[in-house]
Order: sequence, then structure tokens, then C-alpha cells
Amino acid sequence: MPLNAIAYETELVAAELPVPVPRQPIAALTNITKRYGNTLAVDNLSLALHPGEVVALLGPNGAGKSTAIKLLLGLIAPTSGTSRVFGSDPREATTRTRVGAMLQVARITETLRVREHLDLFRSYYPNPLPVVDILRIAQLQGIEDRTFSQLSGGQKQRLLFALAICGNPDLIFLDEPTVGLDIESRRALWGQIRFLSARGKTVLLTTHYLEEADTLAHRVIVINKGRVISEGTPSEIKRNAGGRTIRCHTRLSQEFLETLPGVTSVAFNERGVVVTASDAETVVREMLMRDETLSGLEIASPALEDAFLALTKN
Amino acid sequence: MATSAITQPLSAPTGSVNTLRVFRKETRYEFLKLLRAKSFSLSTIGFPVMFYVLFGIANRNAFSGNIHIAKYMLGGYACFGLIGAALFGIGVGVASELAAGWLELKRASPMPVSAYLFAKCASACAFGLIIVSILTAVATAFGGVSLTATELIKMLGMTVVGSISFASMGLLLALLVPANAAPAIVNLIYLPMSFLSGLWVPLRFMPHWLQGIAPALPTYHLSQLMLSIFGYQDSMSLATHWNALIGFTLLMLGLSWLIFHRREQNS
Repeated sequence: MPLNAIAYETELVAAELPVPVPRQPIAALTNITKRYGNTLAVDNLSLALHPGEVVALLGPNGAGKSTAIKLLLGLIAPTSGTSRVFGSDPREATTRTRVGAMLQVARITETLRVREHLDLFRSYYPNPLPVVDILRIAQLQGIEDRTFSQLSGGQKQRLLFALAICGNPDLIFLDEPTVGLDIESRRALWGQIRFLSARGKTVLLTTHYLEEADTLAHRVIVINKGRVISEGTPSEIKRNAGGRTIRCHTRLSQEFLETLPGVTSVAFNERGVVVTASDAETVVREMLMRDETLSGLEIASPALEDAFLALTKN
Repeated sequence: MATSAITQPLSAPTGSVNTLRVFRKETRYEFLKLLRAKSFSLSTIGFPVMFYVLFGIANRNAFSGNIHIAKYMLGGYACFGLIGAALFGIGVGVASELAAGWLELKRASPMPVSAYLFAKCASACAFGLIIVSILTAVATAFGGVSLTATELIKMLGMTVVGSISFASMGLLLALLVPANAAPAIVNLIYLPMSFLSGLWVPLRFMPHWLQGIAPALPTYHLSQLMLSIFGYQDSMSLATHWNALIGFTLLMLGLSWLIFHRREQNS
């Protein structure tokens, strides 16, 4: 566990994000099972998206993240269970005019220019965003007349993002939006996702980058082998995955520390003791009272990465 | 977060989609895409024109009975050209859009599937018309071929018919064939079929046993309909050729529809 992850710091960042009040979900998968032959891609999965929230779908490769998005887009049919978007079938044309998607696409028409791609996609929607707005939001200004094949990897991703938002949808699915981007482009795309969220859009994104889920999402849904294994704010996920760690030098014995409430593990090493506890404050208060010589105190929250690894390893 | 920011975009959409405009734009960009893809536009236009220049013009003074060979070959190469545009434009084009995930992204959008299919088909027709026009211009300028206005109009009409018919075969191939193998497989079907139907060399100059295969091929029936415009068709009745071509088209569309729905259910 990295020592630099100081508890109150990460807790504070999470608390600052505006968490929308849960209300009627605008999109939901209910008890969905999806079977391909003998392989179970999604196993009795239920999830709901509420208006205005940014939800990150986290999971290892093959966990069913892309399948979940394709079920919500009506691109694949569930073996059992229901997929509803805006209260109706996601395959309906009227539903699709309110949804935007960025999927993992190898390439789009290579000989068409950025401007032409936008012109075509905008024509599918009743209330598309003006082209200037799309170019500004997706940061495509200055390269409107380049063909897709002339774009760099980051620019291609930005064009796909532009296609996802060009119809001014209320609900946006982003399947691994920042994969293959350099740090600068990734941060720029985060800014764009925050911008959408600020405009009241609902965003569901899948990602491999835990940092991305940690900074962007109001809510994280961890899935593995097609099942939801944990759900909550990034800090709740971290807490559920074994709590925080307390490091210090102390004269207290291992036996005593293990009796304190919420302690899940105690380990002594040459640099002192490492106590893992779900309720770190109570444990620290008790330890400070019992041992006046206690020194070198550090409280760390697990990085989302550690929580994620703890959750998905079974 | 302001409440209005949430509720406003959730209100029902007020604008409406101009379906005609979607069809127009889809078609325009499909055509532009094909035109700019040099590997497609140069080869589908270039090969029939080059072959006609080599073999058709060489026969400018050749007659077999009252059949002008250069004119006969214009009919054959017109079919060869339009079939190539339909099979490569749609067969290879759709297969690669399927493989790249582009078609899936378009299907997730509100794009009507009919607009997509119409655009493909209309672009195949447009390329067919371009190829046939160029061939006709070459034939009349250098091949000593004379065409009446009625013959020319009927040829262009038959080009549209043939493009639609072979577009359906392109669609089926796109659904069946993996994208990276599509160009090779299309060639393996298209080239022998063209040869065996007499699109390159008039059937009457081919060995008798080879001539027997032709009636089993859709390309033969299209070429006979094209040649009938000049009065050059074989002894078989025109109704048979029409029935064969329509039957072939419906079979291709039916199989495509079946496969597509099977995939939908299993996807």
C-alpha cells in the first residue's frame, strides 16, 4: 500500500464532488443474464443510472463492462432480464436520439473529414449541438478539414467523443474513453466529462484507470465475472475493501491491538506496526490514550487500485 | 448543481429529424468515401476501361454475322464494371465497417438502417453509371461503336437494375466473409463468374462445355439483358433472364435478412 495516500486527503476530494440526490433512474439493467454459448458474460446483473451522475464501471478485462454498455445501448439482446433507457426499450429510435455513445472502434470512415463526420452524425438527431460548440468541447478546432486517417490517436479519440455528444444527448456511454491517450489528452478528456456532468448530463464510463474513476465518478460500480461485487462512492469502495491503515511506533502489544474494535489485521515489522481497521479514528484515539510514547503516526487510505485488487481477487 | 441543469435536457425533444436529409447526407458521404478511396475508385473504374481498351477497341472492325464485336463487348464490360463496383463497394465496404466496429457505433445512433442500405446501394448505382458512361464514351470515340439515344438510356437503366441486384450479393458476402479476406474472396467469385458468363470474351468464342455453365450464373442473365438492348442476346427468352435475375436478387436479400436476424438474436 503506498505511503503517500494520506487518508483525509482522499476523503476530502471525494466529499467535494456534488453527489446528486437519487431519484427515478433514467437507465437500468434489471437481473440481466447474457450467455454466449456456454460462457456467461453477464450474470444476473442489475445497475441503475440516475439523472446527472457520473458512474464508473470498473472491472478487469472480460468482466462484462462493454457487454453491460452494449445491453444499455440495445446492441445486444439479453438472454434474460430487461434493459430500459428513459423508461423504454433502448432499441427504439426515440430513445436513441437521447443517447450518445463512444465505443471501442478500430477506425471510422478514413477518407471523410472531421467536419463531414460531424455533419453526417448531427443529421441523425432532432436537436444537435451547433458544430462550433462540438469542435470547442471536443477540442477539434483547427483540424476540421483533416480526414480521419490524418488524425493522431488522441485526435481520433476526441472525434469519437465528439460523435458521442453531437446529438446533445442526456445520457452518454463512454467505453474506455481514454485508452491509449497520453496523460495530457487524458486530463483534457476528464475536463470534458466534468463539463458534461456540470451541464446535467448522465455519464456512464468504463475504465481501466482507477485514478480516472476516483477523480471523475460520483459512484463506482465494480464488476467481475459479470456480477456487481461492490458499489458506492470511491471512498466507500475503499472503505469496504478492508478500511484504512495506521502506521506508528508503539509499545502496545499485538494481542491488545487485535482486540480493538474494527481491527482486521495487525503486523509488526522493523519500522513499527501496521494496523488495518475499518474505523481508524476510534482505534487511533484508543491507541493514543494507552500509549503516550506512540510516535510516527500515519493514517493511509488504500488507493482505489488496492481496493479494486482486493475486491476482484477471489 | 442547479436543478434546471438537470431537468431541462430531460424534457422531450422538440426538434425533428428530416429523414430525407439523413438519406441525402448518408448517400453523399458514402459516395465521397468511395471516390476518395483510391484503391476502390481507380480499380473499379480503371480495370473495365483498361480491358475494354485492350480487347474491345482491338475488335472495332470485327463482325460475327451482324454482331459488331466491339459493341457486343461494350455490353459485357459494362456488366463487368457495374458488378465490380457493387461487389467491392458493398461486399468489402460493409465487411470492413462491421469488423472495425464502425457499423455498431452507427447502429447505436438513431441512424435509420434503411438510410445506410440506401446509401450503399445508391453509391453502387452511381459508380456503375460512371463506369458505363466512360465505357460508352470510349466505345463511341475509339471503338467505332454507334449507339442510339434509346439504346444509351436503356443501358443506363439496366446498369441501375444490375447494380441493385449485385448490391444484394455484396451485402450477403459482407455478412459471411471476414473483412481481411473479403477483397480476395470477392475476386475469387467475381473474376471466374465474369469470365464464365462471357463478360470478357463473347461466349460464342468459348469452348462448348464452358458455355453450358453460363446459364447457372446471375452474371450471364444480366449480360444477356444488357446485350438484348442491342439485339445481341442468345436464344433464351428475355423473361427467363428477368426471372433468373430477380430470383437471384431475392435469394441474396432473403439470405442476408436471415443471417442478420440470426446474428441479432445471438449477439
